Amino acid sequence: MRRPRNIKFPEKILQKIKPVFIQGGRLSFLQSTFEAFESFLLVPGRVTKKGSHIRDCNDLKRVMIVVVVALIPSLLFGMYNTGWQHYTAMGTQAAQVDFFRVFWYGFLKVLPLLIVSYGVGLGIEFAIAQIRRQEVNEGYLVTGMLIPLIVPVTIPLWMLAVAVAFAVLIGKEIFGGTGMNIWNPALLARAFLFFSYPGYMTGDTIWVDGVSGATPLAQLAEATTPLAQVTNTLTQAAESTSWLGRMAESVGLTEVFSHITEVFASLSQAGTIPGLPSWTDMFLGFVPGSVGETSVLCILLGAAILLFTGVASWKVMLSCVAGASLMALAGNIPIHYHLVMGGFTFGCVFMATDPVTGPQTETGKWIFGFLIGLLTILIRLFNPGYPEGMMLAVLLMNTFAPLIDHAVVAANVRRRKKRIAAHG
Amino acid sequence: MKKRTFLDPLFKTSPIPVLALGICSALAVTVKLEPALVMALAVTLVTGFSELILSLLRHTIPNRIRIIVQLMVVATLVILVDQVLKAYAWEISKQLSVFVGLIITNCIIMGRIEAFALKNKPLPSFIDGIANGLGYGMVLVVVAVVRELLGEGTLLGYSVVPEKWYVAAGGFYENNGFFILPPMALIVVGLMVWIYNAKNAKSVWNN
Repeated sequence: MRRPRNIKFPEKILQKIKPVFIQGGRLSFLQSTFEAFESFLLVPGRVTKKGSHIRDCNDLKRVMIVVVVALIPSLLFGMYNTGWQHYTAMGTQAAQVDFFRVFWYGFLKVLPLLIVSYGVGLGIEFAIAQIRRQEVNEGYLVTGMLIPLIVPVTIPLWMLAVAVAFAVLIGKEIFGGTGMNIWNPALLARAFLFFSYPGYMTGDTIWVDGVSGATPLAQLAEATTPLAQVTNTLTQAAESTSWLGRMAESVGLTEVFSHITEVFASLSQAGTIPGLPSWTDMFLGFVPGSVGETSVLCILLGAAILLFTGVASWKVMLSCVAGASLMALAGNIPIHYHLVMGGFTFGCVFMATDPVTGPQTETGKWIFGFLIGLLTILIRLFNPGYPEGMMLAVLLMNTFAPLIDHAVVAANVRRRKKRIAAHG
Repeated sequence: MKKRTFLDPLFKTSPIPVLALGICSALAVTVKLEPALVMALAVTLVTGFSELILSLLRHTIPNRIRIIVQLMVVATLVILVDQVLKAYAWEISKQLSVFVGLIITNCIIMGRIEAFALKNKPLPSFIDGIANGLGYGMVLVVVAVVRELLGEGTLLGYSVVPEKWYVAAGGFYENNGFFILPPMALIVVGLMVWIYNAKNAKSVWNN
């Protein structure tokens, strides 16, 4: 295979230092690392001699890059929104501030998250590939991009680093690396943070330099479920030891019931939902939330890229919305609000469609997506402890994906057996 | 030979990570170090003495009703331990709650009695019991140290993580609440299984 001219220069350097890294060389223990960079900068050095069997030009690397590209709108908007929230919280109209100043502020806040995510994650991946003497895999490229997008921008960097290490080591490498994991690694990182440091993750109060605003979901949870208040007190009181006692103390039972009736009374009035930002704001993304999840518009842009290139399955996305719509009938919040709040769209587009952790059969994809949507809204409506259900729903269905596949295949076998029996 | 009787259960055939016995209690009592230590001690004593007693009785027990006799002996010892704990260590006894009583159903004890005490002389049986209890206890203590240290920043109730590290005192550190929850116990035990198996890979599975 001929290499393009313009990268002759790095090629020369790489060829020059190559003997040091291959077997027997001085730095041969770094062979995987060297090969990773070689194939990243140039095409792989080894070329098949006999006929190779290429079915599709879409290799792992290209699929990964498409997903990363699809994530870029969300990332850029996440940066802008961080700045926007900052200036709003400071009391300035963000519209009056220079666009680039707003963006630059958010950029400086989000960039460290990206650096930590990629630095720690890729570091571990390289080290493990080195220990196992395998090639370094591209699998982390997408995960490393997803993780900063699904955490609050205020998360301390060392916590993020610990979570990334957990997700890559326990979530992925233990099962055999890219393509072998049971659960979505990015969501595992978030779940780790969620259960380890709930005070930083609940989304009740977030933001910028001491000024805090609640995410729409937290406002919703507060409005509908009094227990969210308990979560509130829980997070605010970091020193609290017996939170059960605190719960009993902070919310008297009678108070709870009067609160519920009050809220339902106000909800039954037609029109906008009290205590929530307008639908347009939530659709465009000018609300507090995790970095990449707020703007449904940008996520839909990404979804369009994924669907156009055929990387993600439209069946999962569609059935996910269908499941959510069905479940939303059980609550008071109309479905078009559920779809733009919290991480629903982001999870639906980027998490549920992960080809590794989802089912492989086409019928399975319908079932999988439908149950994710259903469970998400179920958790939102009826589990007062967790304002958001997307992460938990996707992780739970990840666990069941192989079972769904098995059931679909078994049903198919049974149907065909019957057909054979009928035709004698 | 006696040296192996004692050392093998500690490392090579350690009850929790290698034989996969007694895992439930390893998840339940390892949130803090203190109860884990007491639990380890209780199990060690019960295993040791029940193996000793049953080894002494091994020629007199009719084979058909041996399980009943074993249960009687173990139950008696467990009740003894439970009563002593209630009398002298009420706080810990409350923390351990049902798990002391549940030592009766701990698979390690019945397993070792069936596999060892009924076929061996009293002294080796006693040593085997103590060693298995200690092998179990070692894992318990390691898991409990990891969980209490990372989950609450303390060991045996004394704070280990410096006070000024915490965010509340202007530092950067927060305790990891995940380590107090049962799933993390499972993960830590799983990692220990990995370590033990990796060390034993040649010696145990190839024999």
